[in-house]
Amino acid sequence: MKVTLRLPELPAQAILDEQDQSLITLIQTGLPLSATPYADLGKQLGMDEYEVIERLKRLTSENIIKRFGVVVRHHELGYHANAMTVWNIPDEIVSELGSCMGQFEFVTLCYRRPRRLPEWPYNLFTMIHGQDRDDVLANIRLLIERCGLDAIEHDVLFSTRRFKQRGAIYHKTNTIHAAS
Amino acid sequence: MHRANTDIEQFAKYQPDSLEKRLLNDFQHNFPLISRPFQKIAEKLNTSEEVIIDALAQLQEQGFISRVGAVFRANSVGASTLAAMAVPEHRLEEIAAMVSDYSEVNHNYQREHHFNLWFVLTASDEQVLNAVLDDIEHRSGIPVMYLPMLEDYHIDLGFDLKWT
Repeated sequence: MKVTLRLPELPAQAILDEQDQSLITLIQTGLPLSATPYADLGKQLGMDEYEVIERLKRLTSENIIKRFGVVVRHHELGYHANAMTVWNIPDEIVSELGSCMGQFEFVTLCYRRPRRLPEWPYNLFTMIHGQDRDDVLANIRLLIERCGLDAIEHDVLFSTRRFKQRGAIYHKTNTIHAAS
Repeated sequence: MHRANTDIEQFAKYQPDSLEKRLLNDFQHNFPLISRPFQKIAEKLNTSEEVIIDALAQLQEQGFISRVGAVFRANSVGASTLAAMAVPEHRLEEIAAMVSDYSEVNHNYQREHHFNLWFVLTASDEQVLNAVLDDIEHRSGIPVMYLPMLEDYHIDLGFDLKWT
């Protein structure tokens, strides 16, 4: 088997302690739907409710938790179309244009990723949802207009079939790192 | 394309009631981190804690919400990457099923492009991730293009649902 480093090094890393890792492992499938969910989680972890809440607040303020709340499934709620729209943006302006695109509510992901030349020239990925194809295409036109993307090469990859969708599952290890 | 249409038709247009609409739309971020979070939500929606818990459990049961909880920043916990393959049409079923079978794969879509199979892998660390990518390449005989996230520009406030 070939050994290749496929991922870039994370810039700054903060080690999550053992309790953080246990908590993350436990909440990835969601809060228990009970009157006192944090106390119930705490019981399983040997922590009190206050500690669970404080840890979740800290993980949120450190941006390890990006969002805490109801996680909806777009497809089931009538948003049947989604297009991964990819852009080939000069490196020196990719952050600026990415930040512009990332603020639109119909953009649910906005990531810079590496190009893979020659077959893949695109370095910015946006996921754009809509109720149907026309809705998605109208949103893309709006992005082009608002962020000044007329001269930027792009491609629209509609999904035609969903083979699998679920939340990410992180298995607990002793070497989980987190960007600080 | 036939399959895509079938998939869509399976899900009848859902008409949530007004309580469900507010639960789905108004609590996607800043969920209360307090002892009785559902009690707090109930107060805002003029109902009881019990009604809120039951409604959320039902929405979860029906598959309209995947969970109430945390969305982690990509690569802040564990390692993940987007990956794509250019699969010959006649092998798509087989390869897609093979890829979906890995517990590390959490999204797997067919898309309209020369690179027609797109999936997201998440694992505890890079070694596990690389081993799975290598395994997929080895078993399928098709190169995997891996595209890890380098920078995230998205401010995640959830998704504003428009009911029509």
